Amino acid sequence: MESIDVHYGDFQALWSVSLDVAVGRTLAIIGANGAGKSTLLRTIAGALYPSSGSVRFDDRDISRVPAHDRVKLGITLVPEGRRLFPSLSVEENLKIGGFARRSGPWSLARVYDLLPLLGERRHRSAHQLSGGEQQAVAIGRALMANPRLLLLDELSLGLAPIVVQRLYEVLPDITAGGTAVLLVEQDIGRAVAAADHVQCLLEGRVTLEGDPAELDRAAVRTAYFGI
Amino acid sequence: MVWVNAVVQGAMLGGLYALFACGLSLMFGVMRVVNLAHGDLSVLAAYGSVAIFDSFGWNPFVTLLVVIPGMAVVGAGLQRLVLDRALRISPLAPLLATFGLSIALENLLLQIFSPDPRILPIGNFGISSWQLTSQLSISWFGLLTLGVAIVVLVGIEAFLKRTRTGQAMRATSDDPATAELMGIDARSVYTVAAMMAMATVAVAGVFLAMRTTFTPSSGPDYLIFAFEAVVIGGIGSVRGTLVGGLLLGIAQTVGAQVNTADPILAGDLFFLAVLVLRPRGLFRSSVLA
Repeated sequence: MESIDVHYGDFQALWSVSLDVAVGRTLAIIGANGAGKSTLLRTIAGALYPSSGSVRFDDRDISRVPAHDRVKLGITLVPEGRRLFPSLSVEENLKIGGFARRSGPWSLARVYDLLPLLGERRHRSAHQLSGGEQQAVAIGRALMANPRLLLLDELSLGLAPIVVQRLYEVLPDITAGGTAVLLVEQDIGRAVAAADHVQCLLEGRVTLEGDPAELDRAAVRTAYFGI
Repeated sequence: MVWVNAVVQGAMLGGLYALFACGLSLMFGVMRVVNLAHGDLSVLAAYGSVAIFDSFGWNPFVTLLVVIPGMAVVGAGLQRLVLDRALRISPLAPLLATFGLSIALENLLLQIFSPDPRILPIGNFGISSWQLTSQLSISWFGLLTLGVAIVVLVGIEAFLKRTRTGQAMRATSDDPATAELMGIDARSVYTVAAMMAMATVAVAGVFLAMRTTFTPSSGPDYLIFAFEAVVIGGIGSVRGTLVGGLLLGIAQTVGAQVNTADPILAGDLFFLAVLVLRPRGLFRSSVLA
């Protein structure tokens, strides 16, 4: 995606942000609250349209393609706060994830293999689950769409570190199939450990980018907090 | 035995109310739209059936083959041309838009069909009944109405529970923005829901026309009964709507046993009692919402 500007009314949330995710790679976007991370993901998923710049997928400009059609192309978002469907069971939530009927490696059986907990709780209502279980459903639901680009918004938010650890452990299984992952985190350590490449956002602008090995802690601190 | 009879008659009347309430419940459950033109749309369906009967002399039941798909098309148009646009303005705009539509429809029907009361004649079937005892008889038509209501409502519940489109409808009802992110086109889900709702409205309207006389201004009365049935059952719950309709019918006929002068009042009092004691209706957990 190239030099994206996004506005909420008169407020500009993103200023000329560009990024690129390649097949099978993981890009992490870090940044403090209000840096524009979620806005960025929602723009790629199609929940928001950029006011200028373009979102390209396979060299095709999809800036004006509605969200539900982007799922058919292979872009799926795990939204911040999970956003499961509370009146649906776990299994029904997963099936809704597969609504676009994209073919690919992921099916109910494979999701239950990857996240065995979900199989045990398949008939429970989604709102009866713990936060970590809900996040697992949200990931499984997104995988059911057989995404080529998986967008993960704040996986760790409100979850115990051990649970976050387990969720991050499944990432390599996901990228192994060629799926690109774009993840957004406030937890810098977690993001840097999981990613091939890191970009830092501050007040809607990219302030730093590089491979995890090259990043200097002091520089990250400056880019993250702006001080 | 008088009381048993009142309950039985009430259940059959309630079947008609449940049919009326079904579309209202579905539209509120899926798109959170309160359709104030609901009653007038069912009267429109009734006049559609009358017009076919007058022109071609078809059996009133056969007219359903035309009226149901016709009303489904009306539903699609209503959603795409009126409700979609109104929903974009504000959540309350559909209320005003359907209120306007209600007045316009009523006057349009008045222009075309005159204010004279009409009924769809179904011959002997309308008056024949199954005489159980000297005080208890079950009318075939009432039984048919109740049966159709049960089939329609149980069918809709199964559709929402089991089918892919039904599950997408429940997901959209929970959270339309997230449903979009899952690849569901909320607009087409809404259109399907509106078509289904209007198909049930067609059945309700035609059964009303076969049961009793109606005029272009009958709509609002049935809108109120439908509302009461939906609220008694629990908003958005399909099963609740069926039970709500039956209880409203029973309350009216039992009330008529106590005070013949005003059977409707008993239904209204029952509705108010439910609102006070269980404001969220009898069936709180539900398929939708």
